[in-house]
Amino acid sequence: MSEMLRLTGVRKSFDGTEVLHGIDLAVNKGEVVAVLGPSGSGKTTLLRCANFLERADAGTLSLGGETYDLARATHREVAAVRRRAGFVFQSYNLFRNRTVLGNVTEGLVVARKVPKTEAEARAHEMLEHVGMDDRCDAYPAALSGGQQQRVAIARAMATDPEIIYFDEPTSALDPELTGEVLAVMRRLAEEGMTMLVVTHEMSFARNVADRVVFMEAGRVVADAPARDFFERPANDRVRAFLRTVDASAT
Amino acid sequence: MDSATIELLVDALPKIFIAGVTVTLPLALVSFAIALVIATVVALIQYARVPVLRQIARFYIWVVRGTPLFVQLYIVFFGLPDLGITLDPLPTAILVLSINTGAYSAETMRGALESVPAGQAEAGYCVGMSYLQVMRRIVLPQALRTAFPPLSNELISLVKDTSLASGIMVTEMFRATQEIVSREWVTMPLYLEVALVYLLFSTVLTWLQRVGERKLAAQGMERG
Repeated sequence: MSEMLRLTGVRKSFDGTEVLHGIDLAVNKGEVVAVLGPSGSGKTTLLRCANFLERADAGTLSLGGETYDLARATHREVAAVRRRAGFVFQSYNLFRNRTVLGNVTEGLVVARKVPKTEAEARAHEMLEHVGMDDRCDAYPAALSGGQQQRVAIARAMATDPEIIYFDEPTSALDPELTGEVLAVMRRLAEEGMTMLVVTHEMSFARNVADRVVFMEAGRVVADAPARDFFERPANDRVRAFLRTVDASAT
Repeated sequence: MDSATIELLVDALPKIFIAGVTVTLPLALVSFAIALVIATVVALIQYARVPVLRQIARFYIWVVRGTPLFVQLYIVFFGLPDLGITLDPLPTAILVLSINTGAYSAETMRGALESVPAGQAEAGYCVGMSYLQVMRRIVLPQALRTAFPPLSNELISLVKDTSLASGIMVTEMFRATQEIVSREWVTMPLYLEVALVYLLFSTVLTWLQRVGERKLAAQGMERG
């Protein structure tokens, strides 16, 4: 399997407190990697650094064969990285002043200069895929959280990214709405999309992810195939974490 | 009220109203349009934290909001000729009113820009848009919608504030009334009459504001 993404030595401080102490992480083409760990372990920050939503203090990013300096990448390089990746946010962040269809075409028409009719055809296809094409004329405010997140996934897929980052995609959803989003993500995984998923959904990590990276206090504490991670925990910290999530799962 | 006064009021109404439609409203609308441009630029400078320009923007807002509009009109109209700069009444009024309203609206716009969640811009960057594209297509339109009600208030204030331009020889609606008063020696009825015409203008604008807000809400932009 060829490598799609490699993060090396990622460091990041906020106000003098280091939250990422040199993270190494790799994702192969077509692989689904779940990043687990307690709140505040730096999972989200790592994802945001990978797409330059935060500037890392140090570290490199290799994406599809190109290598970038996370701390010193130029505007042009940042734009290049973002054109090759998709990002799904915890709070969806659909453009509030665009319809569902407009949300999906925006990146194609504005950033990639795809002709409007072609972009719309592509958008309808993506929305069909996530089961939202019948709401293509609605504004985000009229949709449920689960529907908004499915549109956000369609938006991320529309630009044909080499990898999609998911930042806790179901954490803001009511429990009865997480299922529809996870189903879309599972289907995406089955179709061979490369995905890096920060999540608290143990079932997704166990049943959909190929590999689990476990972070704690800004370090990678375990990195194992998903089955091994749950059935043969690598160390005490993983065991302690699995006990707490087991206890909270009913 | 005797019939002579009623006749005078009926005669005066078209004169007052025409001055309102041909001077007061154009003066307010042109000044407001310029003010919006000033406000947007000044707000964006602060939002983007442009060094130096940002300090200049703060200074402009501080001075203009901290001094009376009437005094500003006098400084430009009666004061600047001392420096060899002489402007006609109407251009002076447009200049001062737009600079004055621009300062207030800049603060409104800045607040509206800052109220757009950071995630909106981040989502724009993540679909590959540039900073300028994100500002023009995502952040500014949302900020303008948030700013719509307070900006409407500022326009209504401005329509009434144009009456201060009477002090620098602009024959807008209030000065037109004063001229009738000094000719006819009738005060209270005429001043009440012009007040009612201002009220009419404000009422129409308030109604337009409500129509506009309803239109924006229909586009899914009600907040929440």
